[in-house]
Amino acid sequence: MAFDEMSGDGGGIRASYRGLARWLADAPDGLLQARSRQAELFFRRMGITFAVYGDAESSERLIPFDVVPRIIGAAEWAGLEAGLVQRVRAINLFLADVYGPQECLKAGVIPSDLVLTNPHYVPEMQGQRPPGGVWVQIAGVDLVRTGEDGFYVLEDNCRTPSGVSYMLENREMMMRLFPDLFADYPVRPVETYADMLLASLRACAPEAAGADPTIVVLTPGPFNSAYYEHSFLADKLGVDLVEGRDLFVDDGKVFMRTTQGRQQVDVVYRRIDDDFLDPLTFRPDSSLGVPGLMTAYQAGTVTLANAVGTGVADDKAVYTYMPEIIRFFTGEEPILKNVPTWRCREPEALKEVLSKLDQLVVKEVGGSGGYGMLVGPASTKAEIEAFRKKLINDPDDFIAQPTLELSTAPTLDKGELHGRHVDLRPFVLTSPNGIKVAPGGLTRVALKPGSLVVNSSQGGGTKDTWVLDV
Amino acid sequence: MLCRTADSLYWTGRYIERADFLARILEATLRLAAIPTRGDGDAETVWASALASAGAPKALGRSPTEKSVREFLAFAPNNASSITACITRARTNARSVRTALTIELWEAINGAWNGLEEQGQPTRRDEFARFLEWVKTVTLSVEGATSRTMLRNDGYYFLRLGAAIERADNTARLLDVKYHLLLPEGERVGGQLDYFQWTTLLREVSALTAYRWVYRDSVKPWLVADLLVLNRQMPRSLASCQASIVRYLERLAHDYGRRGPAQRLAADRMRAFDNSRIDDIFQSGLHEYIQAFLAENGRLGQAIHDQYLS
Repeated sequence: MAFDEMSGDGGGIRASYRGLARWLADAPDGLLQARSRQAELFFRRMGITFAVYGDAESSERLIPFDVVPRIIGAAEWAGLEAGLVQRVRAINLFLADVYGPQECLKAGVIPSDLVLTNPHYVPEMQGQRPPGGVWVQIAGVDLVRTGEDGFYVLEDNCRTPSGVSYMLENREMMMRLFPDLFADYPVRPVETYADMLLASLRACAPEAAGADPTIVVLTPGPFNSAYYEHSFLADKLGVDLVEGRDLFVDDGKVFMRTTQGRQQVDVVYRRIDDDFLDPLTFRPDSSLGVPGLMTAYQAGTVTLANAVGTGVADDKAVYTYMPEIIRFFTGEEPILKNVPTWRCREPEALKEVLSKLDQLVVKEVGGSGGYGMLVGPASTKAEIEAFRKKLINDPDDFIAQPTLELSTAPTLDKGELHGRHVDLRPFVLTSPNGIKVAPGGLTRVALKPGSLVVNSSQGGGTKDTWVLDV
Repeated sequence: MLCRTADSLYWTGRYIERADFLARILEATLRLAAIPTRGDGDAETVWASALASAGAPKALGRSPTEKSVREFLAFAPNNASSITACITRARTNARSVRTALTIELWEAINGAWNGLEEQGQPTRRDEFARFLEWVKTVTLSVEGATSRTMLRNDGYYFLRLGAAIERADNTARLLDVKYHLLLPEGERVGGQLDYFQWTTLLREVSALTAYRWVYRDSVKPWLVADLLVLNRQMPRSLASCQASIVRYLERLAHDYGRRGPAQRLAADRMRAFDNSRIDDIFQSGLHEYIQAFLAENGRLGQAIHDQYLS
């Protein structure tokens, strides 16, 4: 049996869930279902949708929302918070080093080729120091849990992590649906996230920008799957939501086209991948980016958040070295554990992985969104054999991990509560003034019974995440 | 404000207004088609005139039928000026500038779009009429959300400008329907059918009662034209639309601290209205007057585009 967020290992309701359990026991039949339907109606009316690639019939879908919150006690959270701050600090130091003196490569903390020939390593950034010295202003760290103290980092997202709009919208929805429940619970507010983010981005502006820098959110446009989030964030920050064609570079500075002429832009919170940022430097066929943006960036007249080239820190191959990276840069033991991982590029590891493919999760190093992976225990013989061939052909491209028994949380399914597997993505903000973790996060839930895949593109849903004050 | 944002707001305003207009034209035509006719082909003439007033006289070839015109103006996805396409485009524009809209306005527009699917594509006349009623209701709620919740700043002015330019265009076309709507043989000008056509036209812009209040007279073509062209009390008249356009452009100029070609062109046209009399317009031909107006309205739209939206 997997660890359950509400009932632990079966020894009674865990302290943080006791209030909820009482409330659930008192709730009249059908209440949760009614609220659930209401929530869907609200979400659709507000247009909180995401686009699914390659799905012509439903180009805009709702991510299913589960009305039963996931609750994290104050002490649990304190531990997570310390671990996240430590990890993100190390990631920023690692990137400054990789694109600077490369001490960690010289010391052999991580093989040089893994970094320097990594597809996400951007040579144009070598020797650059972004404004404020911050590389990853916004990180989303995916955590899973296997027991009372068993939190593991599954993945670091250091490029353009998404999902924070769900953290905020889910809370708003819950407060609308269950005001009485909040009266009894000391839930820490997440609404301050926009202010935290704004302060953080301001603090990262180039010095020349002065006291009131112009900040924009750069989106690929309405067809992007996370477009709703981009517009949501721009709205909450009170800044313009721009597309590449709204910006231009002149004399080494970035401007936006407005109804009153040009206006200089100081900070770009970009939700476009490195490859598409600037057709003059990266992919020449990109129509999403801004020609000349990299020149302006290298001249230091504009801040990009996150910095260019951060993908080298969240790559799945680099991930396996994160404990060593944390030790090297902070001199501390990592607070949050990595999932034990076999690097298939190492012959010994590959041999072991091939011998028990049916028990492991094998992931493509560059993959994301739950695509291009094998979940051994859930796959047929034929699928495993097909994957075996891919793995042997190109072992460098893969890592393998044991199938973790992810914790479950009570989830509404056809009117009844059942344990469904969940993960957690907290959001971590970095500026020259320090590192802050928003008290909450995105809890994703695999809605299918027994499923371990929580990705929204593959049938996952979300829950509100409550971090308690006491 | 970003040029792209202003452009999207402007077109959101235009498409919502156009959806409303199409619903009104179709309603008018349903009503006209319900009059018993004498010869073959009269009903078809009515539906052909609906096409003409929607600005697409030749879209369906030589002999459009009720079914094909209704389908084309209400539902055709490939017709940029069908109700469905207008609501979809308004919503696409609104979505791309989601942050420039209030929640209420966004929900009204998004709600209209979500409702399209629910409405389906009714073919029975009574159901079709209910669909048109629904379109008028949702465009009204967009209008209401705009006026009750939007800040009075440039975003609001661009939305309103789009709506005003479109509305001027539509009123002009609606008035021109009478030109396209030839009386069947045997019917005389000023006769039963002629009278019915003019009152239907007034009804469709919700102006039949207004007409009686203003003129205290039976329905006469030149008075209807006076109401819809020159009367400043009538919110849909060309003069009123023009006054709105001038007002929003002047507010923009004030807020931005700069006037430009669009303001000058709009002001010139307003002076021309102030010096017009309906007798003179009829003398030189209402149809010609309207055609000239449509061309100038297009020029003004272009001037706004050049000055602010690109």
